[in-house]
Amino acid sequence: MHELGIVMHVVKSVEDVAKQNSVQKVVKLRMEVGEVSSVVPELFEDCFAWAKKRTEFLTDCELELIIIQGISYCKDCQNTYPTTEYAKKCPHCGSINTYLVTGNEINIKDIEAI
Amino acid sequence: MQNVKTILLNKSVFEDNDRQAEILRSYLKEKKVFLVNVMSSPGAGKTTALISLIRGLSKYYRIGVMEADIDSDTDAVKVAVETGVKAVQLHTGGMCHLDADMTKQGLDEMGTQDLDLVFLENVGNLVCPAEYDTGAHLDMAILSVPEGDDKPLKYPLIFQKCSLVLINKTDTLPYFNFDMQKCRDNILLRNNSAEVIAVSAKNGDNMPEAVQYFKQVIDKFLEG
Repeated sequence: MHELGIVMHVVKSVEDVAKQNSVQKVVKLRMEVGEVSSVVPELFEDCFAWAKKRTEFLTDCELELIIIQGISYCKDCQNTYPTTEYAKKCPHCGSINTYLVTGNEINIKDIEAI
Repeated sequence: MQNVKTILLNKSVFEDNDRQAEILRSYLKEKKVFLVNVMSSPGAGKTTALISLIRGLSKYYRIGVMEADIDSDTDAVKVAVETGVKAVQLHTGGMCHLDADMTKQGLDEMGTQDLDLVFLENVGNLVCPAEYDTGAHLDMAILSVPEGDDKPLKYPLIFQKCSLVLINKTDTLPYFNFDMQKCRDNILLRNNSAEVIAVSAKNGDNMPEAVQYFKQVIDKFLEG
């Protein structure tokens, strides 16, 4: 259950921010999750639902996951392509001289608090 | 109706850990203690490889070992008995990886005043340990022949992150359809600057080459 470890880090970060900002509770947490970030959104949501009950500020917090598409760039033909479909190999020219541009994110974007 | 306020964070989940890892790495550099983070699947031979490496390196350096597992102290006891170096067991309390903070706690518990080299044997897992920087100066992966030559394709991040990969259990090559060249290519596809050394930790084949690699990297670190 690899998502749980990440959820625990997220919950701790958000609890710290809630404390620093003297809020009563956090009602929404918005996160960006890349398609190739190794996080399975459904499992992440389940873990979050479990973890939030054990927090001080997040018990009623709604989680919104924004999925970021995996895009790779080919250094040889200078085109981009969807990573989940073609992985390392460029579909335009067949080169493996490529790198990931977006899709690896696991970011805490913002929170709404009262 | 209470006022809802939005607080922008825009930060990576790993940002706090990355920062702690950077602090730990600089601190150890100042103290001249080289930290190696050893990662692999369960059963790839981390402990056996470490014992073999320590035997080769202990005449040059004062070595300590931290063994991370979800439970039990079998690895720490084994390493201490087999090599005579200082070994502590860290329990991750169910977590599948070590982060920088847990690593620091382990180092504090062990004490690094009289050490030049510390091996951190991470939890056997190819996914989570790759995501959390421990503060190590060298990340190393061990991939064993029975796991298959396509492992680097299935778990790209760990091979992308490690600058040294040991392909272990070469003594079992006759029993598996393992293509050594293909495996090397798959590792280099993820990280074309990775050092790849094929060994058998069990019978010592090619371990001197691995020892030599470590010696070169550590001497450079200690001089710098």
